[in-house]
Amino acid sequence: MTESILLYDGSFDGLLSAIYYVYDCKLQSVTIQREDKPRPMFGSVVRIDTEEKKAQRVWKAIRKKSKNSQSFYYTFLSERGDMERILLAYARHVFDSGKNIAGDYGNEAVLQVAKIAKSVGREKHRMEAFVRFRLTKDNIYFATIEPDFNVLPIILKHFKSRYADQQWIIYDLKRKYGIRYDLERVEEIEFNFENNFNPTETSELIFAPEEMEFQKLWKNYFKSTNIKSRKNMKLHIRHVPKRYWKYLSEKQLMT
Amino acid sequence: MSFERIKEKLNILADAAKYDVSCSSSGSKRTNKNKALGDSSGMGICHTYTEDGRCVSLLKILLTNHCIFDCAYCVTRKSNDIKRAAFKVQEVVDLTINFYRRNYIEGLFLSSGIFKSADFTMERLVAVAKKLRLEENFNGYIHLKSIPGASDELMREAGLYADRLSVNIEIPTKEGLKLLAPDKKREDFLKPMQKVKNEIIQYKSEKKIIKSTPKYAPAGQSTQMIVGASGENDMQIMYTSQYFYKKYNLKRVYYSGYVPISNDARLPALGTEVPMLRENRLYQTDWLLRFYEFDVTEILNNTHQYLDTDIDPKLSWAMRNMHHFPVDINKADRHMLLRVPGLGLKSCNKIIQARRYRKLTWEHLKKIGVALNRAKYFVTCASATVFNKDYEASKLKGLILGNSSTKFEHGRNNQLSLFG
Repeated sequence: MTESILLYDGSFDGLLSAIYYVYDCKLQSVTIQREDKPRPMFGSVVRIDTEEKKAQRVWKAIRKKSKNSQSFYYTFLSERGDMERILLAYARHVFDSGKNIAGDYGNEAVLQVAKIAKSVGREKHRMEAFVRFRLTKDNIYFATIEPDFNVLPIILKHFKSRYADQQWIIYDLKRKYGIRYDLERVEEIEFNFENNFNPTETSELIFAPEEMEFQKLWKNYFKSTNIKSRKNMKLHIRHVPKRYWKYLSEKQLMT
Repeated sequence: MSFERIKEKLNILADAAKYDVSCSSSGSKRTNKNKALGDSSGMGICHTYTEDGRCVSLLKILLTNHCIFDCAYCVTRKSNDIKRAAFKVQEVVDLTINFYRRNYIEGLFLSSGIFKSADFTMERLVAVAKKLRLEENFNGYIHLKSIPGASDELMREAGLYADRLSVNIEIPTKEGLKLLAPDKKREDFLKPMQKVKNEIIQYKSEKKIIKSTPKYAPAGQSTQMIVGASGENDMQIMYTSQYFYKKYNLKRVYYSGYVPISNDARLPALGTEVPMLRENRLYQTDWLLRFYEFDVTEILNNTHQYLDTDIDPKLSWAMRNMHHFPVDINKADRHMLLRVPGLGLKSCNKIIQARRYRKLTWEHLKKIGVALNRAKYFVTCASATVFNKDYEASKLKGLILGNSSTKFEHGRNNQLSLFG
């Protein structure tokens, strides 16, 4: 049997539409991949149209039968190269077994989804902790991040309910989009930063005059609250891995 | 505000507050209504970690380090020659709000040296919390220290604005307290603790009847004991801890390895190592009691007054109780699974779920994330290979220590050099 290569647009609904297609055409040997990824040499290629209705049907079925649909979505957000393969295997296991499979860790796909979802969940939690807002001149609290996974869609709610009375923007520089809250709703935004834009600099042209003072106070606090005779850098780095230091004001060198 | 002056105060008053190890910001739900500031979901967040590896979740400061008491173990004791400072109420409010808005912290942990009197001090702590809640519409986390000797009326008010209240008993034994803090009486600590406990119970029962009853200290009470300052043994510490958990419904007891801060002959000398391994073993025991269904007498009793340093208390219990093992992974009840060295809470839950679908093998257990290098000697599963072979406890200990590593290199080396 020739392998079918299903190309989708990279959206969650697109992936679900592709899974719908797999079941609709009773495909056995199949690879789902984003249309912008390099394709294998062999196999018959099908472009999948993203259709909300079909996506909804698949999503509903997964939600109903797996009771752990959040892990499914989190795995999608991991952007892993083999994410589509794992999620298709997971969906198949869900539909084939007919009963709730959420705790079936003896199954490869269930365990993998649980593990990936756990690391995406950890990244979500980290971003809820590590976002550092800086107050701009026009009274917007602005933060830049570069998370390992695409977590903006899942940290949105946390920030919206916490900072309901202040305007804020969280911008993912790795994926080149952000979310903005304008005291009413949260929406996706894209910026064209100028070439000389330095995301770690707190320039007086952009930021409020007292902004740097609060960063200094925070950094001072961070230093004073440390107990030197208990120093344990290994543990420190395990909790705050170096790749996150770039945007943490307390870890910046300050003059 | 003058940032220079604030910076100076912050350095002094954060430095003085850091020996209080509690940093928890969990267990309190405050939902943001009407576009206020802050929202606590009940889950704590550690916004960063100090270089000593401790979580930073709250702005932890003293209102002042002026103090009329002279407790030997405390940096802010009256006789200590250090810089003193005091925040104004509004300064603490501004710092908290500005740190919170930048997502540095979950809230405030405010403690204080005792100046003038207990009530005078408590009144100011309450004033900060009240201002944050009523003027700033602040829904973040507030932890206030209960000042020993504060009046019932102030303690009642404190609980209306704070999420958590704590009073540190610091010294586990009465004799130790007499020696190191002669001005303090144990009753002074216990009185506010008792008051808060009663209020929590009362508010909770009223809330069942009248929904609009305000929250009272929803994250409960905690306390702290200093470890290694007054020659107490582990059994005394843990029995005291159990007493407080039960008698005062405490949410947490913290154990703080004594950091030498003075040349007082009653205390370990300056430069003495902080007993971090011992502190760690005490926390492990605390966890076994709170989450693993152990009773304190199983771990510490007259024959075992100290916890082993080279192995954790669960493994140590297992070594003394080899007749309970091996345990069948596919059949054992939760209570017994929890007692297996190498099985944590999460592994136990996963095993219980996964074994409904199929009989579990070594391969499954490994993938689930069980620490097999320990657990394999204490369990059997659907695989034919068996690792549990009538080992003597001492032989087994060698095997397990041989294939695991410890984060406390000193600890184990000390042990070895004793015998070697």
